This record gives sequence, C-alpha cells and structure tokens, in this order.
Amino acid sequence: MIIVGMGGTLLTLWILSLLMSVLKKAFPLKKEGEGK
Amino acid sequence: MSEAILNGLNGLVAGFFNMHWSNPIMIVVGLILLYLGIKKDIEPVLLVPIGFGCILVNIPLAGLMDKDGFLRIIYDAGILTELFPLLIFVGIGAMTDFGPLLENPKIFLLGAAGQFGIFLTLALALALGFTKLQAVSIGIIGACDGPTAIYVTSKYAPELLGAVSVAAYCYMSLVPIIQPPIMRALTTKEERTINMGAVQKSVSKTTKLLFPLIVTILGGLIAPKGLPLLGTIMLGNFMKECGAVSRLTRASENEIANIVTLLLGISIGATMDGKVFLTSQTLIILILGFVAICLDTACGVLFGKLMKVLTGGKINPLIGAAGISAYPMSARVVQKEGQKYDKKNYLLMHAMGANTGGQVGSVMAAAVMLSVLKGMGII
Repeated sequence: MIIVGMGGTLLTLWILSLLMSVLKKAFPLKKEGEGK
Repeated sequence: MSEAILNGLNGLVAGFFNMHWSNPIMIVVGLILLYLGIKKDIEPVLLVPIGFGCILVNIPLAGLMDKDGFLRIIYDAGILTELFPLLIFVGIGAMTDFGPLLENPKIFLLGAAGQFGIFLTLALALALGFTKLQAVSIGIIGACDGPTAIYVTSKYAPELLGAVSVAAYCYMSLVPIIQPPIMRALTTKEERTINMGAVQKSVSKTTKLLFPLIVTILGGLIAPKGLPLLGTIMLGNFMKECGAVSRLTRASENEIANIVTLLLGISIGATMDGKVFLTSQTLIILILGFVAICLDTACGVLFGKLMKVLTGGKINPLIGAAGISAYPMSARVVQKEGQKYDKKNYLLMHAMGANTGGQVGSVMAAAVMLSVLKGMGII
C-alpha cells in the first residue's frame, strides 16, 4: 500500500509536470502578446 | 418546600460535581490554544474557535454535543458530511497562484517527495497497532494541510478528529521551527548557496486556465476517491484564473472561507471532550504527526539533492523543504534559510513553486491513498 501510494503520487505528478511543459510550449506567453 | 429548595440548589452545583477529572485539564488546553492563537499569532482564525469549542464541550451537563445540541448540529452538518473542508478548499484554490510552479514544472516532483512522510508515518502507525483507516488519518497529518486532514479523518477515523486536527494545525504553524534544523543537517554549505537565478515569466494565461482543468480530469481519473478534494481546490483556482466570476472568487476567498472556518473550528473543538481526547493514543498521534512533518521535510530536501545532481547543480536542495503543503510559510522559511548563507540568493519564487506543488501533491497523495484503499476493498 505504501509503495503503491508513494509511487502513484510521484508518477501522477511527473505526468502532470510533463503535461504542463507541453502546455507551456503549445501556449507560449510571447505569441499571445503578438496576437493582440 | 425545603426539599424543593435543596433540589433547586442541587441543580446549580451539578455542573461542578459532574466534572470528570479530564474536563479541567481540557479547559486549560482550550485556554492554551486561545493563548497560542491570540498572543503568539499561531493560526488564530483556527485556534481561537477550536480553543473555545474545546472549553465549551468540557463543561458538563450542557448537552452541546447531545443529539439536539448546537455543536452537534454544526458538526453533523459540516464535518460528518465532509462539507466544511471542501468549501474551505474552494477558497484556498481561489487564493493560490500556481504561476511559479508552472514556470518550472519539474518542481512538481518536489511536491510529490514532500508527501513521502505521509506514507512512511502510515507504515509506522500500522506497526504501532493502529487500524489501516486510523493509520491513514494519522499519516495525513504529514500533508500539512488542514482541510485534507479533516476530510480524510472525519470520513474514515472520526474518533481521531480532535487529535489529528490539533496536530495538523499546530505543527503547520511550527514549520519555521521544525524545518530549519533538518534542512541544515541534510545539506552542505555549498549546496545552500546555489543560486537558481530569477524566475522567468513564461506562463501564458491560457496555460494557467487549463492547469486546474487538466489536474481535475487527470487526477480524478487516476484517483477518483480524492476528486472532492482535488475538484474543489481546482474549482477555486479556475474561478480565479478565468476572471469571469470575480464575485464568486471574492466570496470564496472571504465570506465563505471565513464563515466555514469559524464553524469548522468550533466543531473540531467540540470533539475534544476530555474523556475521549486525553488518552495515550492522543499522545502517540501527536508524536507521529510531528514525525510525519519531519520525514516530509527530510524526503523533500533529499529529493532536492537528487534533482541538483540530475540538473547539473541548477537546483538548490533547500527548496525541497518547501515541497510540503504549508503555504506560503514553508517557502518563506526556505528563503530565510538561503539568505543566511548568501544575502543575494532569492529562493522565494522557486520555493513558492515547490510549495504550490506541495499543495497539489498533498491532495494527490490523499487521493491516491484513498483510491488504493478502495481498490484493496478496505473502504
């Protein structure tokens, strides 16, 4: 239970960090500013 | 007639004669909580109602926690239904800026490592003979997050609610005392002076808007039992980031959060009846809660050291200590500690990223734990 819990938490947040990195590349700050 | 007078007088002194030995002790505990909240400014918005509730419930024959007592009505309405911690979470989400975390998403991993103390303490509690559900509720003190601890404990081990809540809130406020010695013991002077530079602004509004949606959907699919916690904090954050419902955001941060905090505090205080609270079990829970937070800090710093190695020395391991959910206190502790060794080292925004990662991490850890227990058929 403890190993699955620790591993599950780490894995979920790792996946979230990857998704956020992809999102940052898909919606960068500069492009939105240029679009206005 | 004299009998009537005697019976009447009896009614006036019955409160004194029906005191259990634990009641005066718990009244003093309530007074100490009031002192800590008012004079020492330790989480006053919680310790004041908790302390007062504790005093109220330890005055005998008042019936405040009996079936129709007003404390029982509030407790049943908000604690047994888990509504109060969830409503507070909406406010917390509305007050949190995940920007520093999104600037450097790999700091999410520090938010995960900062929760390992929960699971290690859970193992320790099991070894000490607590049931699985009690051990989960004790371990969750390490989440350093009041609403999460209250949500899990009220659902799965309500008999421990008083001890767990008091431990969670008191230790959260003691983070500036608990963390620095552990941070110093686990890092070298050279590591503490690593300068991470300024946080570059690179997160668009769209990213900040999509973040709470993605966390809710993905986190909910992975750990559905934790969706009430995850969904409410992300609802608050989504309302904040979308900017279209500022009235609701303001109400969540202010009126709703304040009213619910008051009712939550009194309800928790109402569970601190001396006959139930003053046991060796409570003392063990307080000790284990302390252990949980120490382990969280240690695991966060050690993971920070690992990330330092993997990034070629770019990460200051001190920010690992901010991977717990004590927001924003832990980030300030890291900033202060870093500046002791280099006045020009500004770790605050990096530590804020880790701290908000810890907020998400603590909720995810609770969600994962509950879903694993559900999968095992324990809940």
